[in-house]
Amino acid sequence: MRRNLHGVYIIWYRDILRFWRDRARMFSSFGMPILFLVIFGSGIASIFPEQQGFNYIAFMYPGIISMVVLMSAIMSGVTVVFDREFGFLKEVLVAPISRTAVAVGKALGGATISSFQGLLMLVFIPFAKVDITVGNGFMLVGLMLLLSLSLTSLGLLLAARIRSMEAFQSIMQLMVFPLVFVSPVMFPVETLPGWLATIVKINPVSYGVDAIRQAVMGVEASAPFGIYLFDYRMSIILDVAVVALFGGIMLALAIRAFRVQE
Amino acid sequence: MADDEIKDIIEVKRLTKKFGKLVAVDDISFSVRQGEIFGFLGPNGAGKTTTINILCTLMRPTKGKVILNGYDVVKQSNQVRQSVGLVFQDPSLDIKLSALQNMQFHAGVYNVPSKVAKKRIASVLKMVDLWDRRNDTVQTYSGGMRRRLEIGRGLLHFPKVLFLDEPTLGLDPQTRSHIWDYILDLRKRLDITIFLTTHYMEEANVADRIAVIDHGKVIALDTPEALKQMVGGDVITLQTGNPEAAVAELKEKHNIEAMVEGQSIHFEVENGEKFIPKLVREFKGELQAVSMRRPTLDDVFLKLTGREIREEAGGQAAFKRAWAVRQAGGGGRGFH
Repeated sequence: MRRNLHGVYIIWYRDILRFWRDRARMFSSFGMPILFLVIFGSGIASIFPEQQGFNYIAFMYPGIISMVVLMSAIMSGVTVVFDREFGFLKEVLVAPISRTAVAVGKALGGATISSFQGLLMLVFIPFAKVDITVGNGFMLVGLMLLLSLSLTSLGLLLAARIRSMEAFQSIMQLMVFPLVFVSPVMFPVETLPGWLATIVKINPVSYGVDAIRQAVMGVEASAPFGIYLFDYRMSIILDVAVVALFGGIMLALAIRAFRVQE
Repeated sequence: MADDEIKDIIEVKRLTKKFGKLVAVDDISFSVRQGEIFGFLGPNGAGKTTTINILCTLMRPTKGKVILNGYDVVKQSNQVRQSVGLVFQDPSLDIKLSALQNMQFHAGVYNVPSKVAKKRIASVLKMVDLWDRRNDTVQTYSGGMRRRLEIGRGLLHFPKVLFLDEPTLGLDPQTRSHIWDYILDLRKRLDITIFLTTHYMEEANVADRIAVIDHGKVIALDTPEALKQMVGGDVITLQTGNPEAAVAELKEKHNIEAMVEGQSIHFEVENGEKFIPKLVREFKGELQAVSMRRPTLDDVFLKLTGREIREEAGGQAAFKRAWAVRQAGGGGRGFH
């Protein structure tokens, strides 16, 4: 057990080390949010009037944080495909640590990096004109970790099966955009047409976005944009429960996929 | 080794591995003694890598049992993994990290305590001559340096068995011989068993014992010398103005079946050194050149399977194939 915990740490540490050595990646992660938040956000905000003191950019901002975390997390599975292609995966798979430790270490590594990239998005606070309390800030970190852990697990599950780089990337594209757009990242749920709102509510990622929005905007202020199930507004705790359940299933499946890996 | 009794470090019993309908490893049994260099020789696709993958727990056998260092490879895979060091056919380094970081990762996952690890990493990196470059990322290394790093890494956790799967594949001849110097030196310094696969015949010569594998079966297992004796003689090449006449003469006088290839003829005799003076004395035709060579493992493989281990282009291979076909059919009168 101790050996496997140490294994988890080593696998995690390597991913962090690689990320740290490749700092250009950190800055590249700013491109898309700037495009969305500043250009797209400003454009939309010019069409829609402010609602209850918040403009569209303030609404969209937590969505963009979620999007960055989500994309980075799901894409972190690519490291497994890379490792397979460059042979390093073998070094990992023949090591005397359990496959569970390998999968968990990988998931935690991806989650840490994704959450860190989400944190970098906090530099846009002045632009979005939101106030985040210190307490909510900590909560935000926890929520980002949870959301990214779930999606990293999903990425790992796919990476364990998909052998080629090209296939992985195109399948990720295919998954990421629906997950992002069929969620409350860009639009409030309750104003959507019924059929679309239903799909959004089926998407587990939506609850992660909702929780992050509540942490960034405040529970009261985000009330008009919240998710309502049977007229009951999802609280942060319920959101967390949904994401945790989804994440738990994904992680279990990812671990299983790693165990049968030859 | 101090004790007289030689312990088997690896025991393979009736091992079979199937991929769907394809039988990659077909009911093989053998054992490897502690401290020896055990060569696994065969053409590409013979089942070498599959066998290694099973021995080091990367694959599960379809049938059969493997005990390595006293542990069952299926039931006690973690203990087996701790007992083996691996140098794969394909590179398995993290090229974005430095040599030192690759080593630290390895020490971490193999549970080498960090205090011990620091010293050991230093000594291993010095041994493979990479200490000066320890902080450079592996992507700046040459192929030979990467291989050395992998060999060093494979030794870091003091394994009982070091698996080298085609350790010199894709390296230039100079680097290849360099890598061999390291491996042989290692063996002198550490009490370690080396399990080696290769399809380079000259490399298999370093082994204490060689298993020849073909189509998933072990078709011979012995020392390189004993294997070469199976060929039964020396290979002699003659150059003459009239090869056809020479073949007829050899057949008539010495009862030897020779093969013509251009201006040269080839045949095999039991004692080449004694045969050549006799031949030169009695030969009627014009003799331009005579050469003799000892049988190689190439000849052994040819003898056992009727095929070249590596399909080479050109006359030599064509000749050997023709010879093999004839030997298989005609029984090679006068050759043994």
